[in-house]
Amino acid sequence: MLAKAALDVEDLRTEFRIAGTWRAAVRGVSFSLERNETLALVGESGCGKSVTALSIMGLVQPPLGRVAGGSILLDGQEVAGLSEAQWETLRGDRIGMIFQEPMTSLNPVMTVGDQVAEALVIHKGLSRAAALEKTRALFEEVKIPSPATRLREYPHQFSGGMRQRVMIAMALACEPAVLLADEPTTALDVTIQAQVLGLLADLRERHGMAVLFITHNLGVVAQIADRVAVMYAGQIVEEGPVANIFAAPAHPYTRALFAAIPRLDQPHQALSAIPGRVPPLDAMPVGCAFASRCPQKRAGCEEPQVLVPIGAAHRARCHVATGATACAAAVLNE
Amino acid sequence: MSATAEAPAVPRMPGWRKALGKARSNPTTLIGAVICLVILAAAILAPWIAPHDPAEQDIMTRLAAPGGDYPLGTDQFGRDILSRLLWGARISLTVSLGAIAVACVIGGTIGMVSGYIGGRFDLFVMQVMDVMLSFPSLILGLIVVALLGPDLVNLVVAIALTAIAPFARIARAPTLALKERAFIEAGHALGYSHLRIIFRHILPNILPEVMVMTSLWMATAVRVEASLSFIGLGVKPPTPTWGGMTRDGFENILDSPWLAVFPGFAILLLVLGLNMVGDGLRDATDPKLRNE
Repeated sequence: MLAKAALDVEDLRTEFRIAGTWRAAVRGVSFSLERNETLALVGESGCGKSVTALSIMGLVQPPLGRVAGGSILLDGQEVAGLSEAQWETLRGDRIGMIFQEPMTSLNPVMTVGDQVAEALVIHKGLSRAAALEKTRALFEEVKIPSPATRLREYPHQFSGGMRQRVMIAMALACEPAVLLADEPTTALDVTIQAQVLGLLADLRERHGMAVLFITHNLGVVAQIADRVAVMYAGQIVEEGPVANIFAAPAHPYTRALFAAIPRLDQPHQALSAIPGRVPPLDAMPVGCAFASRCPQKRAGCEEPQVLVPIGAAHRARCHVATGATACAAAVLNE
Repeated sequence: MSATAEAPAVPRMPGWRKALGKARSNPTTLIGAVICLVILAAAILAPWIAPHDPAEQDIMTRLAAPGGDYPLGTDQFGRDILSRLLWGARISLTVSLGAIAVACVIGGTIGMVSGYIGGRFDLFVMQVMDVMLSFPSLILGLIVVALLGPDLVNLVVAIALTAIAPFARIARAPTLALKERAFIEAGHALGYSHLRIIFRHILPNILPEVMVMTSLWMATAVRVEASLSFIGLGVKPPTPTWGGMTRDGFENILDSPWLAVFPGFAILLLVLGLNMVGDGLRDATDPKLRNE
């Protein structure tokens, strides 16, 4: 670790109240993110990707949920456990977020210009006129054609791709150090998706942002990410540079994810799915959460698994792949 | 322009303009609006268009029949009925507009905040509103005016109090749906405070529903005001009120029926007009009827 990371998440634990009991949806997630780096958080629906992002934004609030443990360092500042008022000054200013649904993420009765300008007025104390001028520049930056006229239009006058550009402009307005992108291209068609991804990569470069990119699309990961963290049942099961993960996935779940991608060069393949389902929050096993669906299941899987290095910056949470059990890791640590 | 061409299939948001256009094309709404506007103009212009001073008594011409110098006749003190009706419109409109404005602001705020916060707080607030709703408007108004004493401000307070609960309900329902929408979550992610989200992002979205309620409840307010005046709990005489004039007319209903008929008809006309406008607006903003 050279300088302090833009975002450093350590042992994050987020819980939700289900039928009166707190159940963990994110169980000890740790990662760090440098400036000008993109980390892709990958996993199937319900594995805790979005909850991780919402926790980092401070948007998991009682009574529904809570961040029960761990630390979140934003540019070295601890933000876990801040009050709502403190969060309001951080959100949108130093940490921005883009959502999945560009069609519903804009207020239908406000002009897009006013919506983007609002964040600037609140966080940067600009006048409305100055904020609108800055918004026009932002629209140019996210490549919205004729920005000066489009500022005064309403969301329904924008296509999905254009709305997502507005959302990006909103998230970038105050030049945050960290950008969380929660499946920002899922709702877009493929050509627009490529444009938006290109735009995001370009903006990251220009502003030196750290980007946490949440997706279940491995094609998108290959295109945009520097590193990948694969999540399963609220834990990171494998993490490493994008090239390593794609060349040599170590965890059986990661391999199953790759096997589930249909291949164009094999004409008569059946689409492969991963059998079984993610264990529900109230029946999480002590050992490996993937064991019940794993083709390589063997003795030792019922014990808690640990995330250990298996190569340069490449870690996996599977004793079959790494040879490390919880006991062995404990011994190693002592 | 190229931008509009890019998204031809995106449905236009059904906004104010569309709703108003639809309301305008509906003859019922149009007639209702004309009635309301005529009464409003009459009330505003009363000092200039009224042929006589509404409080001027003339014992020589008491209980004159309609016609001649007194188009709608005179009452038992010889006061001109037409002039009194015109001035009375001011009281009716002031009280109902004032009361509904107050109820709309207070009730709307209660509903939005309650729906936005949700949970047990919402449950408690809505139970209180239900208790208020269980009183008929007239009874609740009667209790309040009896406690505070009859004058213009107290009348506004009393009628406002009876209309707070329905406005809270009307504001709460769409707030519940809106607060789950992605743009509200996006607002949180941009660091907007709860108050900003409620008043700047939720309020404009629920305004059409609330405005429709406003015109319908105005009609109720006019009725309640007239009823309270009728039983002597309205603005004190000699200030002319439609309810009070109807009451006075009752004493001479056998030989001079116009004394009660004309103010009664005025009340009917205003209530009818407001209801016609309200119904039209409701149809125009009803999502079920919107796409037909």
